[in-house]
Amino acid sequence: MNQLPVIIPVSLLMFAFLTFLLGIWRRSLAYPVATAGVTVSLVASVLGLMRVLQSGPQHYFLGGWAPPLGIEYVLDNLSAFMAVLILTVAFISMAYSRQTFLKEVPEKIVPLYSLLLLLLAGLAGIVVTGDLFNVYVFLEIASLAAYAVLCIGNDKAPVAVIRYVIIGTVGACFYLLGVGFLYFATGSLNMADVAGLLPGLYGSRLVVAAAVFIVAGMALKMALFPFHIWLPDVYTYSPSGVITFVAPLMTKVGAYVLIRMLVSVFSPNYLNESFPVTVALGWLGAAGIIAGSIMAIAQKDLRRMLAYSSVAQIGYVALGIGLANPLGLVGAMLHILNHAFMKGGLFQVSGSIRYSTGLWQIPHLAGLGRRMPWTMGAFTVAAISMVGIPPAAGFFSKWYLVQGAVYADNWVFVGVVLLSSLLNAVYFFRILEKVYTAPEAEHGGASLAKDPPMGMLVPMLIMAVGIIVLGIINAAIVSNILQPVADQIF
Amino acid sequence: MMFRSLLDQYPYFISTVLLALGIWGMFAKHNLMKKLIGMNIFQVAIILLFVSSSAKFGGTVPTFDTKIGVANPDLYVNPLPHVLMLTAIVVMVSTTGVALAILLLIYRRYHTLDEREILKRMREQ
Repeated sequence: MNQLPVIIPVSLLMFAFLTFLLGIWRRSLAYPVATAGVTVSLVASVLGLMRVLQSGPQHYFLGGWAPPLGIEYVLDNLSAFMAVLILTVAFISMAYSRQTFLKEVPEKIVPLYSLLLLLLAGLAGIVVTGDLFNVYVFLEIASLAAYAVLCIGNDKAPVAVIRYVIIGTVGACFYLLGVGFLYFATGSLNMADVAGLLPGLYGSRLVVAAAVFIVAGMALKMALFPFHIWLPDVYTYSPSGVITFVAPLMTKVGAYVLIRMLVSVFSPNYLNESFPVTVALGWLGAAGIIAGSIMAIAQKDLRRMLAYSSVAQIGYVALGIGLANPLGLVGAMLHILNHAFMKGGLFQVSGSIRYSTGLWQIPHLAGLGRRMPWTMGAFTVAAISMVGIPPAAGFFSKWYLVQGAVYADNWVFVGVVLLSSLLNAVYFFRILEKVYTAPEAEHGGASLAKDPPMGMLVPMLIMAVGIIVLGIINAAIVSNILQPVADQIF
Repeated sequence: MMFRSLLDQYPYFISTVLLALGIWGMFAKHNLMKKLIGMNIFQVAIILLFVSSSAKFGGTVPTFDTKIGVANPDLYVNPLPHVLMLTAIVVMVSTTGVALAILLLIYRRYHTLDEREILKRMREQ
């Protein structure tokens, strides 16, 4: 069973095709077939993670061609962890999305599910491949599918998405240029092979240029401040079912590619000495944390506030990578996991509020705490985790990041993480206060509000329980899965 | 000396100029279609960079030729960048296709492709 690495993306690709064919025949088949595809892939990734933890990295050679000539798919701690994360969140969002799609875009369900599976196939492909050029191809598969599904919104969505298309393509092209320079310098595209060849070439300016281009391209893809301009509009105008897939996963995969480059291709010491790429990444992350949090406070639209909060949260990940020490890296990886659950949960809540009341302006949400107790309960758990109050998961990743910053003697970063918790508290507690204590608005929608149907409520509650569970078991995740990744390079 | 290196490496210089031109088109133009054209120029510049990297003076098509044999690989150009760029061209064509479809949606709703005009109408709604 060492085909596990390839089953994860390929089953999603096959089911994307099947969903479309069977969906044309009977529209009601689209949802069950798509869910089956995600389930198969989820089972494969969980088995893969267990196998990796038992017996080390799994390799699969496409077409039997051994690397460096052929393309290699690798499941190691980092990629198995990411694959399980992506498919778990996708599975929960899949269950959630059904009702919102039936209400918001009922006539487009067949292409929507087919494209969502293609998006997931791209994301899963990025994390399992061990080939630099393959990453580019999967990145573009995921991005193209994302452009298409995000467009199915209101009249404003296409205008927001065209900006994403242009900036995303520039990001992918920068990555391609970086890979090209690496190829010119080493003559290989296999990550492990390139990593073996690079130490002899560390004087080369080509390699420095490659590192700069790859980091810049991924900064564009992951919406790192100040390259985030496309993100708020896209998250605001697209359908709420789609955004529960895109917001927790899409930008995180950009961060994954950066971590992968740091862990498997370049060595962090080299990057620090030759050209301060990681230092720049850390400072951009710190600037993004503060700027994103302040912008989030200024927003009246719930979805737009969550979007700016995403900009701030991706800043934490960049800050952890930029610290380039074991604690910072563990913090960044743990924050990718925590943030996927927190932001997935929050966007599911905002979609549910829209589903039952049609509202998204924060002042109109007054009094919803009594009308929608379970929904707002899930929101409260996620908000507490975003602020970073234990035992919610968000506390622990911030704890590692602060420890990493102290270890690096970077007191500015310590201050930034602590200050941002305060800013997070400002914008989340403002909503909690409005929802639970303010008198009910006389506005029409809120007085009729009730919790959404079970199909949406259960995934939200799973996300909320997941946040607490992740907080409790975080020590096990770190010591078994994430610490070995950091240990192998430092 | 300067002139010599320019002659040897002129595809790289052209590709750099095209990259800059593409970025300028994407960020300085207000018409969305012109932005898209800038994006295409940017992508073509990368294709040119890869393909010119595979060239060798005196190299021929990288298919096996009995007259040349396999003893000296310098007599064939490097096929790998070409293969990579074939894939990249497919990706870029799809990106352009999706972008054109989105532009069509925008044009049907706003009857213009001028970004400032569209943003003005979005605010009015």
